[in-house]
Amino acid sequence: MDTAAVERVFREEYGRVVATLMRRFGDLDLAEEMAQEAFVAALDRWPRDGLPPNPGGWLTTTARNRALDRLRRESTREARHLEAAMLADVPDPGSTVSSVVDDRLRLFFTCCHPALSTEAQVALTLRLLGGLTVAEVADAFLVEERAMAQRITRAKRKIRAANIPFRVPPDAELPARLRGVLATVYLVFNEGYLPSSGTEPLREDLCAEAIRLGRILHALMPDEPEVTGLLALMLLTDARRPARVARGVLVPLDRQDRTLWDRALVDEGHDLVRWCLRVGRPGQYQLLAAVNAVHTDAATAGDTQWWQVVALYDQLYAVAPTPVVALNRAVAVAEVDGPAAALALVDPLAGALERYHPFHATRADLLRRLERTEEAVAAYDRALELATNPAERAYLTGQRTELVGTAAGPTAEPSVG
Amino acid sequence: MTQYLLSVWSYGDTKPYPTEEDAQAAYAATGVFNNQLKESGHWVFAGGLHEPSTATVVDGRGGEVVTTDGPLSEAKEMLGGFWIIEAPDLDAAIALAAEGSKACRGKVEVRPFQSA
Repeated sequence: MDTAAVERVFREEYGRVVATLMRRFGDLDLAEEMAQEAFVAALDRWPRDGLPPNPGGWLTTTARNRALDRLRRESTREARHLEAAMLADVPDPGSTVSSVVDDRLRLFFTCCHPALSTEAQVALTLRLLGGLTVAEVADAFLVEERAMAQRITRAKRKIRAANIPFRVPPDAELPARLRGVLATVYLVFNEGYLPSSGTEPLREDLCAEAIRLGRILHALMPDEPEVTGLLALMLLTDARRPARVARGVLVPLDRQDRTLWDRALVDEGHDLVRWCLRVGRPGQYQLLAAVNAVHTDAATAGDTQWWQVVALYDQLYAVAPTPVVALNRAVAVAEVDGPAAALALVDPLAGALERYHPFHATRADLLRRLERTEEAVAAYDRALELATNPAERAYLTGQRTELVGTAAGPTAEPSVG
Repeated sequence: MTQYLLSVWSYGDTKPYPTEEDAQAAYAATGVFNNQLKESGHWVFAGGLHEPSTATVVDGRGGEVVTTDGPLSEAKEMLGGFWIIEAPDLDAAIALAAEGSKACRGKVEVRPFQSA
């Protein structure tokens, strides 16, 4: 086996190794350093002896032994760590999630603790659970590597100094805390599916990473409907990725070549949504997944059961009454009751969504369908002022150009690469 | 166990409490909270401060001690009082800070002490 293969296994197992060592020694820096040493040992051994039967176990044991060696060497200074290392496993108090909690689940809740900034939560989750290098995390968010290293160091320092616990929250706090974890994973996915900065219309690596994290979470909390819902939502969205951009231009759902959709992902997503329906404890992610299940269920755009989409958004609005949900509901209403009815729902959202480009893009489309061309062009212009994704800008520019005729040309020159 | 400073902040140019009744109610609730802290063993110390205009700044770094009218910070936020508590972890400290915030009707900042 070559270096690249060892690297792949290491990245796959990184979260488990760090999480296990974190619980044993209570020190993220030590956990990371020893994981790194175990990796170096694996680079030496595995190409020669072959992959051990349980690579994760091998890495964890090696890292743990290195940590114990180091702590014994520095036993006076690090007496407190050694003491912690000798502690028996203590179950999480007041939590019924599982009597044997995977340490990675604890690590998820520590990385996504609300006392950490959103940026820090995302960075820590990608680094510690995703096993991405600091350079890769920096690259994911187009931040200088040194700045990202600093962000991660500072966050780890806060975890240690403020004593952010390494445990699954008790049941009373679990729903709120779980929302934070899910939001972090979904944020990674969205940044991949519709990058807000940079020149790439899609970041497949980030989508894949978010789905991988979603799968880990789903394996760790198989009975939490919202965890299942998030995974289903990401799978059903990602399934359409091959049809989403053509020649650098975003293709809206109704014009996508549905034969390009990934059927395996669609089927898996549908299975998960059906499981959620059977459990019957709907939440935001499950409802969004269900909306996507309706879309991916339709053989053609014309077959879409829009009344179902409206009904799902009604439910979603009941649990998450946000202007963005109201906007997306209006898009579905346009297909059932026509663009005039939808516009009447969209216009009152202007105050809340003035700086949200999909609001202007939606308005533009509705006005276009109502043949209110001048207003539609103005709305496209506003959307183009705010939109940053190159494929989306190319699409909006195309729509606008079609509307005014090619002679006029757009006022806002898009930066299509 | 970690010690945390729970500091209570308000804006200098507005009174912390709109009416005298509000102030009395907040003081009473804070008193009850303080007793709970003592009974539960989290209490280390607590105190309320006079307004920032009563502060004096002292600089003893040079040869001569320089004393000036305070406060030191021109910031709008002012420290009104604080608790020092002992808690097993940040989650426990946050739970106590939430109760304290409710009692005194102010925003609370939770900050760990360097361990001795």
